[in-house]
Amino acid sequence: MRRPGRWLTSSSSGRRVPRKEVPMSTTVHRKPQAPRYRAPAPIGGRRRPAVGQRRKNLQALSFLLPALLVLGAFTAWPMVSALRLSFTNASGFGKEKWVGFENYARIFTDPVIINAVVNTGLYALLFTPTAVALALVLALLLNDPRLPFRGFFRTALFLPFIISLAVAAIAWAYLIDPQVGLLNYWLSSAGIRIGNVLQDPVLAMPAVAFVAVWKSFGFYMVIFLAGLQEIPGSLYEAARVDGAGAWTRFRHVTMPMLSNTTAFVLIFALIAALQAFDQIYVMTGGGPYGHTETVVMQIYTSGFRKLDVGFASALSYVLLGATLLLSVIQFVFFGRREREGD
Amino acid sequence: MSTTLRPRLLPPGGPVSGSRRAARARLNRAVVVVLLALATAVILLPIAIIVFTAFKPATEVNAFPPTLVPGQWTMENFTRIFQELPFVRLIGNSFAFAGGVTLLALLFDSLAAYALARIDFTGRRMLLIAIIASLMIPFQATLVPVYQLASNLGWVNTFAALIIPRAADAFGIFFLRQFFLSLPRDLDNAARIDGASEWRVYWNIVLPNATPAILTLGVFVFVNNWNDLLWPLIFTTDKNMGTLTSGLTLLTGPGGIVPYGVMMAGALVAILPLVAVFMFVQRRFIESVATTGLK
Repeated sequence: MRRPGRWLTSSSSGRRVPRKEVPMSTTVHRKPQAPRYRAPAPIGGRRRPAVGQRRKNLQALSFLLPALLVLGAFTAWPMVSALRLSFTNASGFGKEKWVGFENYARIFTDPVIINAVVNTGLYALLFTPTAVALALVLALLLNDPRLPFRGFFRTALFLPFIISLAVAAIAWAYLIDPQVGLLNYWLSSAGIRIGNVLQDPVLAMPAVAFVAVWKSFGFYMVIFLAGLQEIPGSLYEAARVDGAGAWTRFRHVTMPMLSNTTAFVLIFALIAALQAFDQIYVMTGGGPYGHTETVVMQIYTSGFRKLDVGFASALSYVLLGATLLLSVIQFVFFGRREREGD
Repeated sequence: MSTTLRPRLLPPGGPVSGSRRAARARLNRAVVVVLLALATAVILLPIAIIVFTAFKPATEVNAFPPTLVPGQWTMENFTRIFQELPFVRLIGNSFAFAGGVTLLALLFDSLAAYALARIDFTGRRMLLIAIIASLMIPFQATLVPVYQLASNLGWVNTFAALIIPRAADAFGIFFLRQFFLSLPRDLDNAARIDGASEWRVYWNIVLPNATPAILTLGVFVFVNNWNDLLWPLIFTTDKNMGTLTSGLTLLTGPGGIVPYGVMMAGALVAILPLVAVFMFVQRRFIESVATTGLK
């Protein structure tokens, strides 16, 4: 399996010794999975004919140019630009003034923003464990190759992943509508009264988090299934011979062998949680009384409604910082695992 | 191999215990199937409500107690959605936006991925690291300056603003590079010996052999853009330039007086093309999601 994080050590770009240009006719065919050891450098292999290299560089550039232009103009430059804007009071019109760290200070003092940051954390706490646990349980149930209708279940449970969160939010809002909602009616028939969930200060956030769980657990489930398939059956057989029951096998074989996948899915889900927007925009618009306001909702409001561009950029950078932090944790974690794994 | 044979070779408890174990396994499996069927029913409920409500007459949609399946099937919601929104326009916009991004991104990503996988140029490793690093940037973080740039170029409310900033993406480049590396080099080297240029190798050898990866990435990019809400919301202020996803949200929220039946008809039209595309490639798509972890 190609685990995330493996790219830096495997294949052709890794710690490979620069190759000597050899005539085509004697080229050794590279296997897709390159050996991990450092091959001895060919004698005199450090220097290349400069002309050949320049031709290769030009050739590579012609392949890379369209993508580099797009990524340069719409990812790299905006990164720099957002950083600059975040230190100004830019509004999209007129002159902008340098305001130092004022925008960043506001993030930690403005109660509206603090509320959005806290809400985003709460949302992450509701969304991440639920989505990951549900995905894991369903993956475990689906992991039996002799299970009837296995393919059907896998496809059906994955289906929400391809449906737009905005459209799903419309459907869920109808299902829990206090007057005509089918789910609301069924639950109250069973004695559970949920009332007007989206106007309820306590229940609104769990509701919007739940819609995101509904959409994304299938995706995590499929990743877990792949992880489960990597566990050699002989381990289970050995545990069985030793008299281990189903729970012991899960606890001492499945969980440790799956820890890599679990960590990956957890961090991936956390990063997704930080970007909560679509279903909140559709279902509550941040309400009731700001109880479902999130960081991205605030970036949208301040940057594109109030035209407080400088502040929105500072908020974007805080979001970026949080995402990068999680990614680095993931990177370090997998880097370590990779090395231990060999 | 020996593990699968062991139960037959070693009969520790005799045939009785073996068949008892098999019977228990069958029972377990039946319980699991029932559990999964229940979970699937709950998961598919919102999709069912979209499909059924779209065909319900308004009286039934607002009736109490509510029902799932319409008593009487009608097309009135579909005719109304075309009056509420410039719906034909929105469908066209969604296809132009998601389709345009997909085609351009597949072309630009695969070109860049080819260079990274097959051409040994100076700075290749640095470029790869930069691309991997930019995988971590959420698009929301650069939205403000990207909007300003598009606005300065006069692109707001045009397809250019919707499509061009997404015409290449780090994930696609990385994903295709990984796949290209897994293709054997024998074929391209043979072609190079015969005098084929890098362009020919890319177009005639590597691309045709990478069809599964191209298809998967294409579905992924298409679905993502078709479903995106924030992006069209920001780059289009004109109702006629929105997408299905952003257009539908105009019907919800405060002051939304559009009946649920009409909204569900719109929602059904919005999810139908995706479900069709997904059914077409679902097996391969799910498997490649699984093996790459899509990251």
